Amino acid sequence: MKRNFTQAMGFTFLFSSLALTLLVLFSIIYFIGARGLKVLSWEFLTQVPRQAMTAGGVAPAIVGTFYLALIAILFSLPLALACAIYLCEYSPKGWVVNFIRIGINNLAGVPSVVFGLFGLAVFVKSLKFGVSMLSGGLTLGILVLPVIISAAQEALLAVPHSIREASLALGATQWQTIRRIVLPAALPGILTGVVLSIGRVVGETAPILFTAAAFYLRGFPGSVFSEVMALPYHIYALMTEGTHPKEQTDIAYGCSLVLLLLVLVISALAVYLRQRQRSRFHA
Amino acid sequence: MLDPVKIRTQNVDFFYGNQQALRDISMDIDAGRVTAIIGPSGCGKSTFIRLLNRMNDLVAHTALHGHIYLEGQDIFSPAVDPVEIRRRVGMVFQKPNPFPKSIFENIAYGLEVNGCRDRDIVEERVVMSLKKAALWGEVKDRLRDSALRLSGGQQQRLCIARCLAVAPEVLLFDEPCASLDPISTTKIEELILELKKDYTIAIVTHNMQQAARVSDKTAFFLLGELVEMGETQHIFTAPKDKRTEAYITGRFG
Repeated sequence: MKRNFTQAMGFTFLFSSLALTLLVLFSIIYFIGARGLKVLSWEFLTQVPRQAMTAGGVAPAIVGTFYLALIAILFSLPLALACAIYLCEYSPKGWVVNFIRIGINNLAGVPSVVFGLFGLAVFVKSLKFGVSMLSGGLTLGILVLPVIISAAQEALLAVPHSIREASLALGATQWQTIRRIVLPAALPGILTGVVLSIGRVVGETAPILFTAAAFYLRGFPGSVFSEVMALPYHIYALMTEGTHPKEQTDIAYGCSLVLLLLVLVISALAVYLRQRQRSRFHA
Repeated sequence: MLDPVKIRTQNVDFFYGNQQALRDISMDIDAGRVTAIIGPSGCGKSTFIRLLNRMNDLVAHTALHGHIYLEGQDIFSPAVDPVEIRRRVGMVFQKPNPFPKSIFENIAYGLEVNGCRDRDIVEERVVMSLKKAALWGEVKDRLRDSALRLSGGQQQRLCIARCLAVAPEVLLFDEPCASLDPISTTKIEELILELKKDYTIAIVTHNMQQAARVSDKTAFFLLGELVEMGETQHIFTAPKDKRTEAYITGRFG
């Protein structure tokens, strides 16, 4: 009798926790959705800002965010993948590798504003890229490097040892085994890591604060050395600067909604890709 | 010049770290015959056959003394490429381990990594290997399906077909039926008897009836030592060593 009561208590507690979490999640979506939808329109998505940010759209910020994410991923994915492969497949096991692993995991916990300062010192100043899309993209790339490395490592470690052995036993080299057996099997997991980091890149503000972002630009960025507008920074700027707080707040909510939808679309895409990969090869 | 001995091991000691797994193993594996290796768990029989295709190279902190010759060539000499040894000495593992790829790709893979680019040849060899592994009839209409959708027994025969495709000379079976039902086991055993016409075979097994059914020679391992080896008939009817007798009559195992 008492056991059943304890169990019922347990279930109730677990269920209420879930309900509470969902409540918070849905209220976020509801508030942003409700306030954002007021300004969301085709014009909002496709036009440049006008009349001191109180009218027009936020297209340059959307495009800028997209470019920044693209640069970040193009830079960090190959590098992260190479590191993960080396650490998982080639490096001799021992304290050195463990130390590197711990280092990488800790890097993932460094506050993003620190990465921003690093980007300012290295990309903007030392390498003389200036405040530009390139500097910001690279800074964001470094920010997500440890995230992708960790995800890729986990995905690689999850590939069963037995199929590596099978490949080697057929007279494949270690490299052939990695490229043709291990990587394809780990791809869904790696993809998940990439998507999580795209979500992170798209939403980060601090790393681009000093390296890439501009509050207002007349048009779209012309080259990787141009400054860019980006959605998260735009939200920040709308809420802290300018002369029309009322209109700006509405636009900030519109930007938030766009950002939310953007991340949602990216995640959905990744889930879709992963499912397709799975359904093809996992019975 | 058909050498009757395909693989010869000479005074092989093998260590995992400080722990000695094999002690002074000298044995011959005859060409074109089936050699069974029996013994209780942990006696070193899997360790032993994994040396024959240098799979144990992949395990860290191991040491080997002694020599293993494949057709007279020392496979651990520095001049020898382990990758080539593994192509010549194929292996079927305890648990079926097909790649998460289609049935066709599973078999074509070995050919491709060994440099076979011609699609016609690849296709021909895939079909041939599936037929040799007695799987063709069951999968010929679903070659593009995932290999993971096959049953356990079919997966194991696919793994055998995958081995055959790269034209090995020796086939090593490491308890190939350990995870299979009796009907699948029978099919694998029939297949082994069929394959011995073309290949030298070594099979590690827990199952003494299986050793008796499929092998020509049997080696009995105990605690890392080769206790006795001889014609299977003799081992099972008139073992010389009383430990062998105790094991095959089921007094320990």
